[in-house]
Amino acid sequence: MTVKTLFALLLPASSAALFAQTTPDLQSRLTAVEAAAKSAQSAGDNAWMLVSAALVLMMTGPGLALFYGGLVRRKNVLGTMMHSFILMAVVTVLWALVGYSLAFGGSGHVIGNFQFAFLNGVGSAPNTDYAPTIPQTTFMVYQLMFAIITPALISGAFAERMKFSAMLLFTVLWTLVVYFPMAHMVWGKGGLLNAFGGGEIPCFDFAGGTVVHITSGVSALVCAIYLGKRLGYPHAPMKPHNLVISFIGACLLWVGWFGFNAGSALAASGLASSAFAATHFGAAAATLAWLAAEWIHSGKPSVLGGISGCVAGLVAITPASGFVKPLPAMAIGAAAGIVCYLMVTRIKPMFGYDDALDAFGVHGMGGTLGAILTGVFATSAINDGLKDAAGKVQPLGLVDGNARQVLNQIIGAGISWVLAVVGTLVILKVVDMVVGLRVSREEEVQGLDTSMHNEEGYIFES
Amino acid sequence: MKKIEAIIQPFKLDEVKEALKGIGIDGMTILEVRGHGRQKGHKEVYRGQEYNVDLLPKVKIEMVVSSERSDEVVRTLASAARTGKIGDGKIFVYDVAEAIRIRNDDRGESAL
Repeated sequence: MTVKTLFALLLPASSAALFAQTTPDLQSRLTAVEAAAKSAQSAGDNAWMLVSAALVLMMTGPGLALFYGGLVRRKNVLGTMMHSFILMAVVTVLWALVGYSLAFGGSGHVIGNFQFAFLNGVGSAPNTDYAPTIPQTTFMVYQLMFAIITPALISGAFAERMKFSAMLLFTVLWTLVVYFPMAHMVWGKGGLLNAFGGGEIPCFDFAGGTVVHITSGVSALVCAIYLGKRLGYPHAPMKPHNLVISFIGACLLWVGWFGFNAGSALAASGLASSAFAATHFGAAAATLAWLAAEWIHSGKPSVLGGISGCVAGLVAITPASGFVKPLPAMAIGAAAGIVCYLMVTRIKPMFGYDDALDAFGVHGMGGTLGAILTGVFATSAINDGLKDAAGKVQPLGLVDGNARQVLNQIIGAGISWVLAVVGTLVILKVVDMVVGLRVSREEEVQGLDTSMHNEEGYIFES
Repeated sequence: MKKIEAIIQPFKLDEVKEALKGIGIDGMTILEVRGHGRQKGHKEVYRGQEYNVDLLPKVKIEMVVSSERSDEVVRTLASAARTGKIGDGKIFVYDVAEAIRIRNDDRGESAL
């Protein structure tokens, strides 16, 4: 509501003299109305962002925990669920100490500073650099949920064979060395790749294609190769022990992803609605594409294929969700469904590495594909946030005539790949030296549930 | 006394139980087992990874009956369990040396 319309509403059909007389009173009433309007917008935005934060946490637990938990063998179900769940605690503590500050403090090119260390200065006043209508505390917890799920995604690659102590140390170091810098570079003020925050290489990543999915997926590949295959892979049977819980997990991921992508608008705005729709259409197209490829290729459409396809589509649409129309969203989803299907079923077996739950095949490939296609389909008709000095809305992707953006996206994805590969390799070396990465042969045969945690997932006798 | 062991399709269990009850057989022990005879298993595919599943779920029925009733029980059981397709299962009949009721130490056929 503009000030003019407020005037029209508040001003009775009265004489100019009366108007002159009542001006001081009117002025104060106007100020009060403006404050009320601002507070109403803040209430609306804050409500949506708190719900979004909760939805994103739901993606890790129970979403990812169930999805991954069902895909492993029965003896590893608890160990695998724990890989996701424990990060809800570990990353949260890390976030309060230094994480939020390293990702969103200051205005460095590569990493933040210690301005918000120990959450100093983070309260109900908004951080106008990022989200001017919601309390900074909301922005802070919302971003935290992304930092939790990202290392959890990697656990799909080292499932069924990594020591719990090694996993804890690895993910703490990984979050510090890979996630916080990447988040700052893409989303932080002054970040090298932040298109909306003065970055030298303007990259579009609405909800975390480079920050979340490329970093986790590529690091997953490095982990899978470094740790080596599970005992008996690929000859011994390693069927998913419970596809029903994987199915529930995948459906929770689909729903949670609305918080992930639409929430990344950081307001209950039209852009949030647009991202919500793009997310949903992308997931649907990817589900159908994966299933069609599978049906043609192997004769039958499987439930695991369907849920894998929806996750691949959600991954690929993530960077694009706040920049593209629904039909291009479906194109991105369909491309991801087919590419990830081929990656997981044809290309992975050719190389022989054991990415146990296909964290690279789905998140690494889907994330890279989505990052590049964002440069193709991003349009200012959806997102008019990029303006020049004169306030003129700038073209975004190839469809807007900005072919250069595709190159920017490739560079951004490349930086994410390099950081993930180098960071993960160094951290794996360090963790291997300090505590050792793999469980013993006996422990692996016995399963992580009893060897790492002294318990079993299913006890039907009692 | 004869011990009758029948390995049947799991979905035939209820029909077989009803048929045996119909001729007055009350006691039996049921085991859930896995196995295969000439019946081939099936193929399962998980994200492109193929597994041949050749041990299929079956139900094994064990019971001990008097020698005179053995043929009748076998006939009833076989006709109730039959679908005519491969995988219907098998019946084995053994001689039994002794039967003892734990509660009161009854011996022989009176223990059945």
